Amino acid sequence: MSDANGAGGSDGVNPEKDLSAENLPGQRGQGGEEIRVQRGMFGATEGGDTSGYGGLVRSVRLPGPAARPYGGPRGGGAYGYFDEVADELEGALEEQDLLPENAIEKTVVDRGELTFHIEREHLVRVARTLRDDPALRFELCTGVSGVHYPNDKGRELHAVYHLRSITHNRLIRLEVSAPDSDPHIPSLFSVYPTNDWHERETYDFYGIVFDGHPALTRIMMPDDWPGHPQRKDYPLGGIPVEYKGAQIPAPDQRRSYS
Amino acid sequence: MSTSHASPRETTEGTVYTVTGGDWDEVVQTAARADDERIVVNMGPQHPSTHGVLRLILEIDGETVTEARCGIGYLHTGIEKNLEYRTWTQGTTFVTRMDYLTSFFNETAYCLGVEKLLGIEDQIPDRATIIRVLLMELNRLSSHLVCIATGGMELGATTIMIYGFRDRELILDIYELITGLRMNHAYIRPGGLAQDLPPGAVDQIREFVKKMRKNLPEYDKLATGNPIFKARMQDVGYLDLAGCMALGATGPILRSTGLPHDLRKAQPYCGYETYDFDIPTADTCDSYGRFLIRLEEMRQSLRIVEQCLDRLQPGPVMVADKKIAWPAQLALGPDGLGNSLDHIKNIMGTSMEALIHHFKLVTEGFRVPPGQAYTAVESPKGELGVHVVSDGGTRPYRVHFRDPSFTNLQAMAAMCEGGQVADVIVAVASIDPVMGGVDR
Repeated sequence: MSDANGAGGSDGVNPEKDLSAENLPGQRGQGGEEIRVQRGMFGATEGGDTSGYGGLVRSVRLPGPAARPYGGPRGGGAYGYFDEVADELEGALEEQDLLPENAIEKTVVDRGELTFHIEREHLVRVARTLRDDPALRFELCTGVSGVHYPNDKGRELHAVYHLRSITHNRLIRLEVSAPDSDPHIPSLFSVYPTNDWHERETYDFYGIVFDGHPALTRIMMPDDWPGHPQRKDYPLGGIPVEYKGAQIPAPDQRRSYS
Repeated sequence: MSTSHASPRETTEGTVYTVTGGDWDEVVQTAARADDERIVVNMGPQHPSTHGVLRLILEIDGETVTEARCGIGYLHTGIEKNLEYRTWTQGTTFVTRMDYLTSFFNETAYCLGVEKLLGIEDQIPDRATIIRVLLMELNRLSSHLVCIATGGMELGATTIMIYGFRDRELILDIYELITGLRMNHAYIRPGGLAQDLPPGAVDQIREFVKKMRKNLPEYDKLATGNPIFKARMQDVGYLDLAGCMALGATGPILRSTGLPHDLRKAQPYCGYETYDFDIPTADTCDSYGRFLIRLEEMRQSLRIVEQCLDRLQPGPVMVADKKIAWPAQLALGPDGLGNSLDHIKNIMGTSMEALIHHFKLVTEGFRVPPGQAYTAVESPKGELGVHVVSDGGTRPYRVHFRDPSFTNLQAMAAMCEGGQVADVIVAVASIDPVMGGVDR
């Protein structure tokens, strides 16, 4: 499988093999946040795994920050539209007396997609710049997607925005994180009104409070619902079902291989 | 005052009239007698013209809507949460049920996302990609037909409804032949398709294209030039380009402002750049323009369907990588579609390794390298985006669907406020929301 040489595989590397930079699959497995520690391979916890993988301990990391040049699809050379967007954004932020390295925590290029990790206090300014700068013009925001990483300490809650520029036919991603203890992220409603319902949805499911949203209420769940259902610590629920004489446990009670 | 249809009842929030039908005059008269001039009408969530369980909260002054709000969530089924507890392949069974009128778009968008995470986009066989396009375009036809049919019915044009569902039935028959089901197919899988086209499918689709080319002008004859239809649709549900951009509206709503934005042309996927078709637009920004766009898109879809049929070459429909490809060969048995007897014979009688391989892939699934991806397809309603996150496991870590119905429905208030109550129905119909997609 293609991730066989992922995070944990570096110990077993054949020294004869040419590991020059161009043969390595990006930065996968290093540098990014650790989101999980995998133990074993087959989900058995009480000594049932006799495959030899039972003692495997592997840290699972998301792709880490990328180095220049970022490239980009249909760019031709090494300098693609990702570099153009990054240059323009950094330039525009500098013009507003905001140091880019203070606003942009890191830049990740993975699978042909460009992600800017933005410090939450600067999110609105960065988004406004991305929307209004003539060289950037990301007119369309396709909403917010929340992701909960309980093991990414201090940055458990992520809000992910995808911005599309129809003028330049480009797509980028912004990612903002907030700790569980202070789940506040500024609302992008003032820049992209379309995020009205998207932010309500993300609040409903993840408990991220979007400061500045005009009416941050639940949208899918009933108003008096306790908890935020799509967080990882919220159980799926369900009851065992009998099928052909056997008890089939609820989906979240079944063996997980991850 | 009659109490038969709209009996008033005092609550802490004022007088509440429960409307049960055929009594609009009574409501208006009773309200006119009351001191409070503001009436808040709750339309739905159970109402024949709100496209499923959509609740519209209208504040009206006479016949004019002064404020309009949506209440959604009545069809929330937790699909995104459920996906996190199934394998990547099982996910298609869930996503196909989101916007149940655009099943193949949900499946394709999801599978493109998974394939991007796996890094196997280039290995998907041509035949699988062509069949995906073929089914998506047929699906565009069936979705637009439902939109036009139900939209017509809500205006009282029941003939259009009969015609629309008549033609959609032909498409559902094709689905049934190909996938075994009329809806909720789970036919498109990460890596390719569940199975190849059955014998006779190509002929039936060709037959359908011929018939549909004959039937499509009927909609023009019935509706396009019909003065009543035009009077109800023109300048109703107005939303201009700036409004669309701000509210994130895509699809026919955006194209009715004159902007030819279509992801099939802008960011082609599944080889759309190699097909010959046009993006229809209108410059009226209203419901009538959206109707004309849908009609023309159906013609363009027929063109793409024909090109797909001409391109089909025999070949595999699943990626060659045996660590990802579903191991079972499916076949039609006496009790329906299932594992083929040859495959069962092989894994149970001949090859122990094949049995292990089958068992592991089916129960455990394949692992997807950690990371995130966003893929978007142009569904009949607009940009259908999927944000998939993997933690390197055999199950999705997070799947988020940016459903176009959800985003477009936000434009309801902008389209309806200041208009007449009757125009709300037309405006909502022109958004074409499907609550299965809105609430997920």
